[in-house]
Amino acid sequence: MNIQTITQINSFLAAFVLLTAFGMLAQKKINSLIHLFTWQGLFLSINTAIVGYVAGRHHLYISSVLTLALKVILLPYILHLLIARLKIRKDVETIVNIPATMLIGIALVIFSYHLTAPVRELSTFITRSTLAIALATVMIGLLMMITRKHAVTQIIGFLAMENGLFFAATSATYGMPLVVELGVALDVLIAAFIFGMFFFQIHTTFDSLDVDQMARLKEES
Amino acid sequence: MQNSAVLLILLGTPLFAAAVLAFVGDRRFAPEVNIAGSAATFAAGLGLAFEVYKQGSMLAGGNFFFVDAFNVYLAVLTSFVSMTTAIFSRPYMRREREHGRVGHWGMRFYHAMFQLFIFAMLLCLLTNNIGVLWIAMELATLSTVLLVSLYRTPTAIEAAWKYFILCGVGIAQALFGTVLLYFAAERVLGEGGQALLWTNLSLVSDKLEPTILSLAFVFLMVGYGTKVGLVPLHNWLPDAHSEGPTPISAVLSGLLLNIALYALVRCKVLVDGATHSHHAGDIMMGFGILSILVASFSLLRQKDIKRMFSYSSIEHMGIATFAFGLGGPVATFGALLHMLVHSLAKSAIFFTVGHASQMHRTQEMDRIKGLFKGNPLVGWGFMFGAMAIVGMPPFGVFTSEFLILTATMKSAPLMTPFLLLGLGVAFAAIFRKVQTMVAGDVPEYQTPVKAAHVPVMLHMAIVLAIGIYLPDFLNNWFHTAVELIK
Repeated sequence: MNIQTITQINSFLAAFVLLTAFGMLAQKKINSLIHLFTWQGLFLSINTAIVGYVAGRHHLYISSVLTLALKVILLPYILHLLIARLKIRKDVETIVNIPATMLIGIALVIFSYHLTAPVRELSTFITRSTLAIALATVMIGLLMMITRKHAVTQIIGFLAMENGLFFAATSATYGMPLVVELGVALDVLIAAFIFGMFFFQIHTTFDSLDVDQMARLKEES
Repeated sequence: MQNSAVLLILLGTPLFAAAVLAFVGDRRFAPEVNIAGSAATFAAGLGLAFEVYKQGSMLAGGNFFFVDAFNVYLAVLTSFVSMTTAIFSRPYMRREREHGRVGHWGMRFYHAMFQLFIFAMLLCLLTNNIGVLWIAMELATLSTVLLVSLYRTPTAIEAAWKYFILCGVGIAQALFGTVLLYFAAERVLGEGGQALLWTNLSLVSDKLEPTILSLAFVFLMVGYGTKVGLVPLHNWLPDAHSEGPTPISAVLSGLLLNIALYALVRCKVLVDGATHSHHAGDIMMGFGILSILVASFSLLRQKDIKRMFSYSSIEHMGIATFAFGLGGPVATFGALLHMLVHSLAKSAIFFTVGHASQMHRTQEMDRIKGLFKGNPLVGWGFMFGAMAIVGMPPFGVFTSEFLILTATMKSAPLMTPFLLLGLGVAFAAIFRKVQTMVAGDVPEYQTPVKAAHVPVMLHMAIVLAIGIYLPDFLNNWFHTAVELIK
């Protein structure tokens, strides 16, 4: 495979990562959200493996397998399990309506391209153009956390952000050193256990997972 | 070789203690095991400090760990305060257990996570790798999230959720900043773990690409700034620090905020080296002064005692951030001293506040009365703690605030009125409330508690001693640290 084909495959996968991020913004059903998150993880994992192959960075294979295990298999499994246990079927209400959220999302993508311009100019990596998409994925994850008032969607937004960060590491630098990648994966794993416990605590205390109900701690004026 | 042995003991002890305590669980002697573990950690911390005092900064464990004057004093402080907090938590948590606020599993969890938290903070301080620094910071957050929700009340769960989500989002920005930093470093140092080592980075910081480092600093500032509790990223802090058990409030306010500020300052040194400008310092000064003002005016409106002192922590972290941003030898010296004395005074206050709220079974300041008569040692400890934290002489906080103020007058005179306004408002707000709590008759609903007096007295004695006379070794360390980061 020549470099050009590789760059195209890389951009193609980056586009899919961004597409799934927008898909998550538009999606109201929690089950479908988790499916989209799984797809995003899969694209990320394939992309990492390809970059590792082209750049000859073999530690990226480990990252790729780790992503596959954690974000495509384990986390979606845990989320599906929790949702089945807690019997969540309702659609999630959004604060801002979906078309408006999509427009903000597009603005964020443009902003990301603008912000990462100096990095693109300096970088010699074949993956350099995807850094903007990585940052956009982080921002869209953040947007999702702000506009949804449901514990599960906030967590999926959080994990999507983490996907974006991982993507940024592979596209800006061909991956962080292995010890860092392993540590980050460990932190995500611990976070998964914590939010799992949280879902149960919130559910038993508030009888629902709507974060809106949690508004007791406010400044009295 | 011997150095790395001390380091390994320092990091290994809390980790080992966490594992042991997970097995000990709710047995009667669990608090004693907790104290023993923390005391051993403190001893190792002292040993490390002695090594560094003798031979200066050092690398250990294949360059993975790095100890210099800046982090060694924070490591000793961290291990010391965690030891005294363990002593305080023995009677405090026993009472909470007897009153049924914490269950069997809660106690097991509390002790194990307390030690894990100390491990995460020490790893943060001692690691040389800024990627690992990030990981340890996240670990410190995660290990305390479920401690904040330990009481399982609706407000506690809400506070913990806010803490988890907001700090998670914040610290994600810091990771992006770290990725950018690594990108810039890789171009100079080549690929691999070596490019993330702080010691290597600080040597070549003037060769790093300035545009990228400025961009990285914005992300690092937002990320670690969230953890420092700087306004406007502070929303989680008063909730998390006031809803959890009081020993946890003491270590969160007294230690974790310091660690986050430490991470920020380490990054600032690199950015300053690359950009040759005051760009990063200006950003820190802005965040700092905003935090001082917003926090001191918020202090006026507080009704909950722990919430009030959480806002006070935001104010003091604002002062330290402002001083680091200001730069220069005097301000930096003041900031280092401020981190030390604030940490000691604030945790001492939380110890007495914990006992006071147990005596009255409430955290509402209107219901807390007559501490002098009810329990003189708790009352006076609280009084002196409050006097120290508002910056009255002869306590150490006065010294550090005075240094910072003089430096401000000299290099940023326009900021002086804002700084003074913040300090004045905070003084008035805290003092007004403290007076009504300590004076007066004992209300009939007050019940006696078994209190731990030693930690409070120890902390206050040190804060007082530092205010009167700064020992030579501390002075030397601070001067060396100032050379590193000014």
